[in-house]
Amino acid sequence: MKFVKNKVGRSIPEELNGKKLIPFTGKGKGPYKERKYAPKIRRTSPGDGKVLKSLREAIKKGGLTNGGTISFHHHFRNGDFLLNMVCHEIAKMGLKDIRLVPSSIQPINNELLPYLEKGIITHINCGTSGKIADAISRGKMDGLLTIRSHGGRARSIENGDVEIDIAFIASPTSDEYGNINGVHGKYACGSLGYAMPDAHFANFVVAVTNTLVPFPNNPISITQDHVDCIVLLKKPIGDPAGIVSTTLRVTRNPKNLKIARDSIEVIKASGLLKEGLSYQSGAGGTALAATQYLSEYMKAKGIKGSFGMGGATEALVKMLEDGLFEAVLDVQSFDTYAVQSLLNNPKHIEMGASQYANPLSSGCAVNLLDTVILGCTEIDTKFNVNTSTESDGRIMHGMGGHQDTSEGAKLTIIAAPLLRGRIPIVVDDVVSVNSPGENIDVVVTERGIAVNPESQYFELLTKAKNLNIKSIEDLKKEAEKLIGGKPKKPKVTDRIVAIIEYRDGSVLDVIYQIKN
Amino acid sequence: MSKKSTKRIDDTPVNRLRRTRLYIPGNNPAMVQNAVVYGADSLIFDLEDSISLDEKDSARHLISNALLTLDFEDCEVTVRVNSLDTEYFIKDLEAVVPAKPDGLLLPKTQSFDELIRVDNLISDIEEKYDIPIGTVKLMPIIESAKGVLNAEKIAEAPRVIALGLGGEDLVADIGAKRTKLGRELDYISAKIILACAVSKIQAIDTVFTDVNDTEGLYEATLRAIELGFQGKSVIHPSQIEHVHRAFSPSQEEIERALRIVKAYKDAKKKGLGVVSVDGRMVDLPVVRRSEKILKWAEASQHKI
Amino acid sequence: MYIQTGVRTVKIVKSAQAGSLESCDILISVDPAKEGSGIKINLESPAKTQFGDLILSEIKEVADRLEITDVKITAIDKGALGYCIKARAETALRRGAGE
Repeated sequence: MKFVKNKVGRSIPEELNGKKLIPFTGKGKGPYKERKYAPKIRRTSPGDGKVLKSLREAIKKGGLTNGGTISFHHHFRNGDFLLNMVCHEIAKMGLKDIRLVPSSIQPINNELLPYLEKGIITHINCGTSGKIADAISRGKMDGLLTIRSHGGRARSIENGDVEIDIAFIASPTSDEYGNINGVHGKYACGSLGYAMPDAHFANFVVAVTNTLVPFPNNPISITQDHVDCIVLLKKPIGDPAGIVSTTLRVTRNPKNLKIARDSIEVIKASGLLKEGLSYQSGAGGTALAATQYLSEYMKAKGIKGSFGMGGATEALVKMLEDGLFEAVLDVQSFDTYAVQSLLNNPKHIEMGASQYANPLSSGCAVNLLDTVILGCTEIDTKFNVNTSTESDGRIMHGMGGHQDTSEGAKLTIIAAPLLRGRIPIVVDDVVSVNSPGENIDVVVTERGIAVNPESQYFELLTKAKNLNIKSIEDLKKEAEKLIGGKPKKPKVTDRIVAIIEYRDGSVLDVIYQIKN
Repeated sequence: MSKKSTKRIDDTPVNRLRRTRLYIPGNNPAMVQNAVVYGADSLIFDLEDSISLDEKDSARHLISNALLTLDFEDCEVTVRVNSLDTEYFIKDLEAVVPAKPDGLLLPKTQSFDELIRVDNLISDIEEKYDIPIGTVKLMPIIESAKGVLNAEKIAEAPRVIALGLGGEDLVADIGAKRTKLGRELDYISAKIILACAVSKIQAIDTVFTDVNDTEGLYEATLRAIELGFQGKSVIHPSQIEHVHRAFSPSQEEIERALRIVKAYKDAKKKGLGVVSVDGRMVDLPVVRRSEKILKWAEASQHKI
Repeated sequence: MYIQTGVRTVKIVKSAQAGSLESCDILISVDPAKEGSGIKINLESPAKTQFGDLILSEIKEVADRLEITDVKITAIDKGALGYCIKARAETALRRGAGE
């Protein structure tokens, strides 16, 4: 294999499994293709019925063959039964060498493990966690895992890097002509944002529902003209308890509270915390605490923002309700409060994955972000961020919208503790790169704040009197001092089990099979 | 988060900035190793009330190792050992003194004689470990009526650089009722502050137990400052910012303090015996207090 | 540091443990072992790949310092730092030695 070094210093093979790889050369590059992918034209004529009684019928109708590609959304999160159900059916039908393109794999999908080992599933395109991720790290899947961001996934579907044979869309409600929404019914999950590129670009689209409503469904998130058939099942497609949390917990850990508060102090010092602010943060305990601090501050100072975005949470929606934002743009709703708000509040707007974060489009929402607060599993002295692999080399997570928001936002803040247990978060070199250092402005830890010298906010933030500014090198040394040295590097074989794409389709890094 | 230069008023342990002293349960490694990050002026690793009897040994070992290994930056590091009348006291000293904390908090201190005994015990250990005699300071906690009446003598004892007030036990001991406002401690507080003033050491106020009532804490701290306390003990990191907010002087106070200190320096330069500010005579204690206000102001510029 | 070293070897006379399974802590259990069987340590840790050897050496260092030659040690690590591992080892071993 011939290798080239990409911009973040990682060796990328020129070709892998017969496919040429484009090494990452910096943000803002591409498109590497001239035209979008065009799916097959289908015809539904007057009098044609679209409702089917079984998944098998839909799989047959979609013409899935060995080597075919099927896609799913993960809006049902750990309450999703559909991905497992479809894979079981495919296994029973004797199909193999299937490519899975879900928007995420959750612990509930652990039962698919035997299909990786038997060659029924040979490629996965998405962020993975749990036992599946672990098995891929240990070389138990024949093909490759391709890890993409949410925006990168939308881009790969739109530009044809991924051609979907059948998109299966778990639908909280659908009418008999395939108009789907996510806000009604027992399985309401809120936004269906991640399913939208699939609906628009797959060659065959199947809505799977337990709740058939009279035509026309209203509101409509995915429209009938994209949906080829509706499978009405008696067997539940999800577990409501796993789909949305009733309440996400704000951290009570004083260390994380400090990190959250200092993240907001950084935004204040940057000058961005003013009228018209646009803001995104995750749904983790620290991010929620940061959102709460932000809300308190904006209320106290009478500052009104423009929009809040991301996984919509109760914390973000309450800011909308308090008039602190004009709108919430919602690609994914995390809790019941956000689902209710999407249903009832016209200022709470559903957004597709491409609209959210596809870099190779005519403009995605992340481009309009002032600031985003993100996490990481590691960050190195070049500010490269790892979200996918543990420091022992195992694949553990996906990357969500990390690359997308960090490239798009004016000010990208990584909020993370300096250590997790004995594992250092600030290191010499991350195990794998998910977001390039050029995207990152600041890292906030409980023991100090490091600003990327390349950041446009470097001067401003390093001068701020109330911030405990340190160099990233010093933070790294402090971590090493606490843990008594550097962690041992993971031992790997020479087989590549996963590639990490940048959102534009170039390759940031590859992940090798771990030893033992 | 405070920066390096702000923690010490001057280099002497007695005059060190001590607005907040954060209690950390001595057997909780997650809290022990992160104690330094919250911006408290002083840390108290507790081996006493927060440690059950069957974990006294493990807390002692944990704190001893923590003091020897971890970097607490510019925080003052102290340990609350078990009281002199317990079987744990001497073991605590033997474990902790060699690790050279800045000071030891002595709970339930009642008399000058106790402190002489403690001083001797510490001197023996310091000698054995080649530590200069007198390195480890003492901060007795007054928690009984007897301790209050002996405060003057206690303040004079060797190594003593601050007196703390143990409000809960004291109130019970004198048979008063514990209230939010703390009026029942007014006389006791005044007496301890007086004793400290005579010996030129610091008086530190008791804890505020309702962690959720941050405004109550702020008000209580303002009152403590009015009375003459130099700091307050806190039991949760979230309390630190509210105490520091109370210690942050007003712009008016800062400006007046600046004028006083400047006038004093000018007078000294000119060899004048009398300092006058805003048409009024100013004596040395007022100058000293103004200097302290400026230190608090300087420390308050930094977050938390 | 305050431990006095002497010439005697110290015996583990009973099973004992120290520490906890809380985050950033380690639970160390000690059991008596036959004379001449040496110091045997069984370690479970989320960071075994990265820090396994270091953790073992930290526990061993304490046993050596306390002049314990024969003991069976089980350590379940929850991300403890070195100072904590040494402290827990010391407490467990001293308890096991009947102090």
